[in-house]
Amino acid sequence: RSEKRTQKALEGKMGIRFILMVNKQGQTRLAQYYEWLTLEQRRALEGEIVRKCLARNDQQCSFVEHRNYKIVYRRYASLFFMVGVDDDENELAILEFIHLLVETMDKHFGNVCELDIMFHLEKAHFMLEEMVMNGCIVETSKANILSPIQLMDKAH
Amino acid sequence: MSGMRGLSVFISDIRNCQNKEAERLRVDKELGNIRTCFKNDKGLTPYKKKKYVWKMLYIHMLGYDVDFGHMEAVSLISAPKYPEKQVGYIVTSCLLNENHDFLRLAINAVRNDIIGRNETYQCLALTLVGNIGGREFAESLAPDVQKLLISSSCRPLVRKKAALCLLRLFRKNPDVVNADGWCVLNTLLFQFIDVPFIFSSSYAYRADRMAQLLDERDLGVLTSSMSLLVSLVSNDYEGYSSCLPKCVKILERLARNQDVPQEYTYYGIPSPWLQVKTMRALQYFPTIEDPSTRRSLFEVLQRILMGTDVVKNVNKNNASHAVLFEALSLVMHLNAEKEMMSQCVALLGKFISVREPNIRYLGLENMTRMLMITDAQDIIKKHQPQIITSLKDPDISIRRRALDLLYGMCDVSNAKGIVEELLQYLSTAEFSMREELSLKAAILAEKFAPDLSWYVDVILQLIDNAGDFVSDDIWFRVVQFVTNNEDLQPYAASKVREYMDKIAIHETMVKVSAYILGEYGHLLARRPGCSARELFGILHEKLPTVSSPTIPLLLSTYAKLLMHAQPPDIELQKQIWNVFKKYESSIDVEIQQRAVEYFELSKKGAALMDVLAEMPKFPERQSSLIKKVEDVEDTADQSAIKLRAQQLPSNALVLADPQPVNGTPPPLKVPSISGIKLDHESASQTQSQPNGDLSKVQSQIPSADLLGEMVDPLAIEAPPVDMGSHQRVYREEDGIPDEVDGTAIVPIGDQANKVEPIGNITERFNALCLKDSGVLYEDPYIQIGVKAEWRGHHGRLVLFLGNKVTSPLTSVQALILPPAHLKLELSLVPDTIPPRAQVQCPLEVMNIRPSRDVAVLDFSYKFGTSMVVSAKLRLPAVLNKFLQPLQLTSEEFFPQWRSLSGPPLKLQEVVRGVRPLSLSEMENLFNSFRVTICPGLDPNPNNLVASTTFYSENTRPMLCLARIETDPADRTQLRLTVASGDSTLTFELKEFIKEQLIAIPMGSRALVPAVPVPAAPLAQPPSPAVDANDPGAMLAGLL
Repeated sequence: RSEKRTQKALEGKMGIRFILMVNKQGQTRLAQYYEWLTLEQRRALEGEIVRKCLARNDQQCSFVEHRNYKIVYRRYASLFFMVGVDDDENELAILEFIHLLVETMDKHFGNVCELDIMFHLEKAHFMLEEMVMNGCIVETSKANILSPIQLMDKAH
Repeated sequence: MSGMRGLSVFISDIRNCQNKEAERLRVDKELGNIRTCFKNDKGLTPYKKKKYVWKMLYIHMLGYDVDFGHMEAVSLISAPKYPEKQVGYIVTSCLLNENHDFLRLAINAVRNDIIGRNETYQCLALTLVGNIGGREFAESLAPDVQKLLISSSCRPLVRKKAALCLLRLFRKNPDVVNADGWCVLNTLLFQFIDVPFIFSSSYAYRADRMAQLLDERDLGVLTSSMSLLVSLVSNDYEGYSSCLPKCVKILERLARNQDVPQEYTYYGIPSPWLQVKTMRALQYFPTIEDPSTRRSLFEVLQRILMGTDVVKNVNKNNASHAVLFEALSLVMHLNAEKEMMSQCVALLGKFISVREPNIRYLGLENMTRMLMITDAQDIIKKHQPQIITSLKDPDISIRRRALDLLYGMCDVSNAKGIVEELLQYLSTAEFSMREELSLKAAILAEKFAPDLSWYVDVILQLIDNAGDFVSDDIWFRVVQFVTNNEDLQPYAASKVREYMDKIAIHETMVKVSAYILGEYGHLLARRPGCSARELFGILHEKLPTVSSPTIPLLLSTYAKLLMHAQPPDIELQKQIWNVFKKYESSIDVEIQQRAVEYFELSKKGAALMDVLAEMPKFPERQSSLIKKVEDVEDTADQSAIKLRAQQLPSNALVLADPQPVNGTPPPLKVPSISGIKLDHESASQTQSQPNGDLSKVQSQIPSADLLGEMVDPLAIEAPPVDMGSHQRVYREEDGIPDEVDGTAIVPIGDQANKVEPIGNITERFNALCLKDSGVLYEDPYIQIGVKAEWRGHHGRLVLFLGNKVTSPLTSVQALILPPAHLKLELSLVPDTIPPRAQVQCPLEVMNIRPSRDVAVLDFSYKFGTSMVVSAKLRLPAVLNKFLQPLQLTSEEFFPQWRSLSGPPLKLQEVVRGVRPLSLSEMENLFNSFRVTICPGLDPNPNNLVASTTFYSENTRPMLCLARIETDPADRTQLRLTVASGDSTLTFELKEFIKEQLIAIPMGSRALVPAVPVPAAPLAQPPSPAVDANDPGAMLAGLL
């Protein structure tokens, strides 16, 4: 196991490999990748994952194994949040990280909904940018995450 | 979007599209619009640019290709105003990757922002670099980023980003060494664990720096610093022990909720993410030496294990359990006291039966990890009924975990129960799991079978239940077992006979039944329904339902049934001959050939008995199935297995090459069955063929040829070859006295005044290039042996000079002629080697840069008073010795492959005149010189993809990638692509691989004309006797 870890680390172990927000109809509302995939690879991956996750029900667990990824996902109303991680990542920590992201959005938009993310894609990106970098968690304080956005809103 | 009406309108339009087609039209229209604007309006305002760039990102997110406008996105980075700049940064990091040309253009602007005074700009720039920065960024920015990280005047919001940015830069470029700064870290990041550590002073220094970072109070900075630490220690924990107590302190602080600001408390739990990360970092240290640190840590862990309660609030529950599971895994890692361990198992046992599916899933997952701990198995076994229940869970994720756990916990005591559960589950399992299930069931049945008949039952049930998911390996394996165990044969035959009565059976069942009944059906002859005629009848019923690859197998069985029919059954013979005649004109060559040959053979009577005799036993081999799973499960181990396999002689080839035992190599190569070259070199490659992999044997020896050669002389009515005379030749040879034997090696003539080497020097050198110990040189007086050890770019080669005679060898001189790329230091060589003594001379080797040049040892000694013997010997310190096998997954391979985009780092060449090797031989060849084949990465089965790490002082450990595209129609040419981060290395490695692939006349061949050719040719025609010794090939031939 340790040897495996060494090899992985050499190649750049990331933790979080991508974050997707997809609605019930399977339309992507936000996609942020922390490893480079070509457009075709992204399309294929998103298609497969969305199909798998959307087919699941509430009584099933929040983790789906797909290729080398583990998908940790959570559904909020019409929107699915899916995070692709390495298979030895702490699943529950990621699951709550999703919730932290949603709470942060809630705090900013006030009762966030799919449309907020759709029409304010840039803000969703700003928040993510404050929270995750290179696949690692940078910040978990909502106040700190939102302060640059508030700064900008004030400037307007 | 605030202030961007055009964008909102576009998004609304997209949202209102009724279908994908409408969406595409709208997107195309918008792309056209943006393109025109970028083209025509040179003086586009930053505001407009911003708007268009966001649209591009939006379109990209929808999955459409946006192949223009990248320049505009990048140019926004240098915009003077924050909103535009921000867009530039974010969109650039979404649309481009580190190898994009435009990104280089931005380096200066990015650097200005990093060293500038504006914190917000610094953050943007650090994030971009942290997400997509490549080598060039690393070279130009690393010192600035370090400065920010350790600067006391810098605020946490900048420093937390600097920490992760630095992490990226070190990963990207190991060469950014800043004499005494942080950057020394990179040597560490790219050290492999087995490299002796050289830079201990700077080591301590950077460890101190890291430890200093952990004194940080700000939890944001700590969170990202902890990620940095995890990456560092996951490579090499050594030298970071000073960080260990600090991690424990941080954990204590969080667990006790001391000085944790409210905003870092999540549902009452102090930053669960930092807690998890810290415990993860601790899992990379093998043990904790310091007793007080250990005590403190266990106190914290105990508190977590005991104090985590199930609460109503889902988020709080998840967060506390995230911490709990990490704690469990840390406890397991630390191999804590028994009491604490059983506490862990008890907890997990509770988890696997709770209602909450997430906890159930994680309970099973962690229990599987726990299997690695000794003593834990027995406690886990108590939970077997619950785990089996989970195998029927409505959630596939949980079922998979349960399957993994059951597979891991299976042993002789519970195999029957578990395998039966798996078989039962197989019929209801979803397709995506069936293949894995059947493979695992087959392996467990083989590994832990209490008796072999049970094993046969399981495999047959497996084929019956899920034939589509049973790979060929599985039924090959059962055939092997049955063949090798006489007691099993009647049982297996009667079992398959039972299955034949079923109305519809799977084709694989037809195959295995046909094979077993052909071989052992006659053992049942007295039982009702089992006469040769009845067996034929019931098998032949199946023929119309099978695909053409199965028909040859059935034909073989018919021929065997006919042979075994006692007393001869004229009616059966008529029926079978009819079948043979019917297929005589089959368009499938394999079927046609067998039909024709069996027909002719069956007219021969006694000859039929010989050729169709029962299959001999298979040599004991490791199960290819287990290998298959090992391959998947642990690539590191796999390479070790491969290496070991290389050292084992291959049964198949040794037996197929009828060399006289007295050691004289036959001057002419024996043409082997199916034209495989059996010279020294191809033998050494095929040696690495993993034992027991039947499918490989099959692919190597085309079945048609084998069978064809077996029967050809008879079928075409050729005069029978007089085997006897050849054997006589051998016997005569064997009888030749030793001195004649000697002359074959040392040509007569010069012998009087010149010492000739024993054995072929070139061959010895070539062999030593692929292995690490052996004889480098030998003559009647001295033997020079070599034993080498290689670590990274260092090597230690010991020369063993052995005096073979009873008088001393004097004036011994050894001079090394080093090529420019190697640093060689030979210890003192004594002037005299006493009689019958052996002297060891270590030679230190250091590789400075990639090169294919070879070091030469100029060696001489005096024997007696006048005879000076000297030899110039190439030393096996060659390029491939500085390679470390490394197998990559596609996720690891492709980004690297793409990032090395063209010459001089990536070179391509069409190589002609390649030795004709099968793909598996080629794979073995590559693996033998430590360029590891990564199977399955290339979608085209005719191509190979390989990777390795090269070590030299200049390049440091450097990843090398290769791709070989073969042309199945012409095996003598292929296209070779080699890539690495160093242009010289790429070139040298490419040339090296080329040398290995191209047919180089072997030294032994060159010698052939010099040796008088004996009158009687030793070229023995392939005889059935030889073939019969190679059951793998035989089976392959019959399939």
